[in-house]
Parts: sequence; structure tokens; C-alpha cells
Amino acid sequence: MTKLHSVSIKDLSLNFGSVSVLKDLNIEVADGEFLVLLGPSGCGKSTLLNCIAGLLDISEGQIFIKGKNVTWEEPKDRGIGMVFQSYALYPQMTVEKNLSFGLRVAGLPKTEIQKRIAAAAEILQIGPLLQRKPAELSGGQRQRVAIGRALVRDVDVFLFDEPLSNLDAKLRSELRVEIKRLHHKLANTMIYVTHDQIEALTLADRIAVMKGGLIQQLDDPLTIYNKPRNLFVASFIGSPAMNFLKGEIATASGAPAFRTGDVEISLTTYSTQSELAAGHSVIFGFRPEHITIGDQPGPTGQSCPAIVDLDEPMGADSLVWLKVAGKAISVRVDSGRRYQPGEKVFLTFNPAMASIFDAETENRL
Amino acid sequence: MSLNLPSSGPRGQRPKRLISPASIMIYSVLFVAAVYYLIPLYVMVMTSLKGMPEIRLGNIFSPPVEVTLQPWATAWNSACTGLYCEGIKVGFFNSMKILVPSVILSIIIASVNGYALSNWRFKGSELFFTILIFGAFIPYQVMLYPLVIITRELGIFGTLTGVIVIHTIFGMPILTLLFRNYFVSLPPELFKAARVDGAGFWRIFLQIMLPMSLPIFVVAVILQVTGIWNDFLFGVIFAGTKNFPMTVQLNNIVNSTQGVKEYNVNMAATILTGAVPLLVYFFSGKYFVRGIAAGAVKG
Repeated sequence: MTKLHSVSIKDLSLNFGSVSVLKDLNIEVADGEFLVLLGPSGCGKSTLLNCIAGLLDISEGQIFIKGKNVTWEEPKDRGIGMVFQSYALYPQMTVEKNLSFGLRVAGLPKTEIQKRIAAAAEILQIGPLLQRKPAELSGGQRQRVAIGRALVRDVDVFLFDEPLSNLDAKLRSELRVEIKRLHHKLANTMIYVTHDQIEALTLADRIAVMKGGLIQQLDDPLTIYNKPRNLFVASFIGSPAMNFLKGEIATASGAPAFRTGDVEISLTTYSTQSELAAGHSVIFGFRPEHITIGDQPGPTGQSCPAIVDLDEPMGADSLVWLKVAGKAISVRVDSGRRYQPGEKVFLTFNPAMASIFDAETENRL
Repeated sequence: MSLNLPSSGPRGQRPKRLISPASIMIYSVLFVAAVYYLIPLYVMVMTSLKGMPEIRLGNIFSPPVEVTLQPWATAWNSACTGLYCEGIKVGFFNSMKILVPSVILSIIIASVNGYALSNWRFKGSELFFTILIFGAFIPYQVMLYPLVIITRELGIFGTLTGVIVIHTIFGMPILTLLFRNYFVSLPPELFKAARVDGAGFWRIFLQIMLPMSLPIFVVAVILQVTGIWNDFLFGVIFAGTKNFPMTVQLNNIVNSTQGVKEYNVNMAATILTGAVPLLVYFFSGKYFVRGIAAGAVKG
């Protein structure tokens, strides 16, 4: 059975003059999928969204929405609704007029417009705001109206361009949940651009991590988090960030191990995709929560001594900064115990949860 | 152990001095500047209210002993401009006939220009814009003769249409720049949202952009009204004798070589001519500053 694709991007490239912004992108978005485009500023994620929306003309490739080639279509004919970071509500129109603008342009009958606005207002709970102007709304209300404007268009695909970035932290997490709920309710395809990894990890069915106009990894959130395909994805995802130790592959009693200075960690439980050749320079990456701290050394080959540098309590847990073989790493621990600077402890690694990258290509091994 | 801090000494809000050396300096400079610009106006108003015998006494600063509005009436109704003696009112109405269509036409075209150049970039739109702006730096005199020939060939030389077209063309560079910069400063997402909503070129302009552009339209109106009203050169060349604007008529009154120079009439006619731009500034100065600031932020 072939899965129905809602949005297909084939060999898409975009150049501004001689500057290449997007390079040969291929993405298939399944029907009803929530895809997040994640990356640092300037990685081309918003540009890609604008291309899908038809607000930017592409240089190469094709875009299909619901199996229809829309590469040359106007935005309004693509069956998309878009929500912008700055809300982009028409300031001189009331909320109701904002919602109905697109429908009035399309020449829909009045009763149909009324029906759709009522339905959208019901879903987003903006009924009491309909007669207000955007200036009289709070940030969260404005973004709801902006979502409503996409909703009334009754489209197949929703495009979100950093919709929560202008809101304060509390509102952001509230609306994040609402967007997720909305997706469950509507089961529309949604493509969502953000630079906030929490948003990406919580909302997405799949995340496309982008950098320099290229997709670095396109996977479900857990795979992205646990098995990053390269050093960039590993360092970009996760807060606090992943720890990295530079070293090389050694052979300890016949099995591959990671060695830096006089620390040696056995890699027998690490599931590798390629041969771990001895002497190869690698970067050993592990997340702060995948190490345990103890007062006694753990099993041989998985443990090493460390000196506490700093203790950062963060409420639910603490982040402890330590020195291992002269390098700073962080470990997430239960906040029940405080660590004093200079304290001597032992770390136990879990190689199964670690990531090993080639020091040269920076790709996962 | 608590520190023993004195409870006397400065406490609460710091007192403000009403008269400080700095404020004395500022106000004296402002006063001198104000007097400098107001004295000529004062002399004009006073002279226009005097009769000729009183003027001949030569005390130009003294207020009129006998206030008369006769010079104003003469200036408006019966002052001689060359061969005709119908006063400056002819010029006033001519200027209005030139002003209103020129202002409306130039602002309509320039606002659409600015909108297209900021939101609907096309291949070569930047070059087009540069050429248009360059037009603002070419001295008018260079273009006069070619323009005379062009308007003659078009059959509009020496007509109202001719001078309106000329004013519209010469208003283009600066007005387009003004509108383009204003539209560039509006959030681009609004434009994108409207496109996703299916609105086209004109609908976005009329329903989304125009309602947000009142300040810049006020600025454009002020610029054009004062510019076109004060124009002398284009009026004298392109309008034709029947349609001479007020400035040209004023010159004809003031510079007429026949008979005695009626200073009071001249002064009244001059104030009448200058009244229109003055009133425009008085009533819209607030918008003017606001609009200029709004349009000038981004380049």
C-alpha cells in the first residue's frame, strides 16, 4: 500500500542571484502528518515554507500538494493556510473581517462565510473577540485569530512560520499545547517552522533539521534526539547540550573502545553502522542525562573519575559541571544531592545511548 | 551592628531649577530666531494695513494709525497684472485649477509606483527605481527646452493640461521615493498573508495598504501642495497666459512698471499668495512630522 502524500517536494532549489539558499531538497509529507522544520536562523527553513506557500518562486524542482503540481500556482490556489510570526492581521479590520477577508475575496456566499467563522471561533474560542480590532487583542489572542484565518479557508495544509516566537514563555507553552490539540482534532497536514527545539520535539511527528539550505536529518523526534546523524544535529538538539569528548578508537581486550587521555570507555554495547577502526579519530557524544554520578567506580570500561566544577540547581534536577581528562562536561542529576566544587566522583557511561562521530566528516559512525 | 546613617540631607525627589544657565541660553536663541523670521511678516502685515500717505512717512515698523483693508480688496479684485486689472484672484483660481488635479494625479500614480516597487519586485525594478530617483537630481532647467518641444508636439503646450502633466511628472521621483520607503517599512507578512488570502495587486493596495498609509498621504499632499503652489517656472512656461498661476500674477503686480508703486497692495497680494501653503502647514504640521519620520526610517 502506498501512503498518500500530502506535500511532496522534489529536487527543490532556490537561488538568489549567485547565492544558493536551498539545495536539492526532497521531502515527502504524509497526509495528516505534523512536520517541523527546525534549524538556526538563516538555515533556509522559513524560505522553504515560503516556497511551499508560493510566496517565493523557486529556481529548480517541483512542489506537489495533494498530488497536484502546484509549482507555478498562486498561493491562493495551492490549498494552504499560513500563520505568521508577526500575526500579520490586517490592522484596520475587525477580527471578523480579518477572518472573512480571504473568503470574501474568493466570493463565497455570506451564509457560508458566517458558518465558517462561527466554526473557527468555536474551535479557537475567539467568539467574544470577533468585533474587536487587532490592536485591542493580546499577543496570544492575535495568534489565535491568525490561526483562525488559516482555519476558515478550509485547506489541506497548514503552514506555520514561527507562530509562537513573539509570545512570552508561558503563553508559548499554552498555545503549543493548543496547536497540538488542534492538529489531533483536524488531522490536517501541518508544516511548522521553528528554531525552538522544545516546540519541535513536542509537536512533531517528524522533524527536519536544516542547516545551510540542506536537510541534515529527517526523522521522528526520538530518533533525532537519541541517534543524531551528525555532529550538527547532535549539538543543535538538546538542552542542556550534548557533551562531546575528542579522542580515538582503541582496542581493549579485543573489543572497540573510546579513549581520550587515560579514560577508556568500552563500546561493545554501541550499535554502530560502520567499522570502528582502531586509531580512528572520533568525537564521543553523550547527553547529560545518560551518565550517572557515583562515589564508587562503576563497572570497568564504563566508568572514570571526575572532579566537580560547578553545581547548577534547576528545580526538578541539577546540572553538575565536571572535569573529565581536562575537559568540561555536564551531567544531569537528581536535585536531592548538592555537589561541592572540587569533590571527587566517578562517572558511569551508558555507551548504548552515546553517539560517536567521525572527527573529520562529523557524521555518525 | 547597624550603620549610623544621617537622616538629614537630600531625600526624595531631586528639586528642579526653573531657570538654569542652559535654559536661558536655549530660550534666548529661540527668541532671537523667532524675531528674525517674524519681523518681515510683521512689516508686511503692517504695511498692507496702511494707506499710501502713511507709507510715504517711511516708518515701516510703526503700526498703522488708520487701519484700512482697501489694499487687500484692491489686491484681490482690481490690481493690474500687465494688461488686465482684475486683481490676483484670477491667479488664485488658476493656481487652484492647476493644483488640485496635479496633486491628486501625482499622488495616485506615485503611491501605486511606490507600492509596486516595494511589494511586487520585478526584474530590473531596482534599476527602474534608481533611474527614477536620479531624476530628482537633474536641474529642471536642463529639461525645459525638450519638454517645451514635447508638449508642443502633443498639442498641450500653453494649456492647463500641459502644466498639470509637467507637475505630475516632476513630482514623481520624490513622491515615489516617499511612498516606496513607507511601504517597505510596513510588515511584509501583511502582504504575504493577503496573497495567501487570494487578494491581487489592486485589492491588496486598496484594502490592505491604503488604510494603513494615511500619514504618508498627508506628507505627500503637503509636499505637493506647497511645491506646486509656489512654482513659478513651470507656470510661466507651460500654462499659457490665460492660465498663469498666482505666483506669476503676483510677480506681474509687484513688478509692474507703470505708475506709483503701491506697497500696501503688493504686500497684501504677497500675503494672499503665501496664505495657502502657510495654512496647510498650520493645520497639518503634526501629521507632516509624523509622516516624514515614518517614511524616512528605512531606505
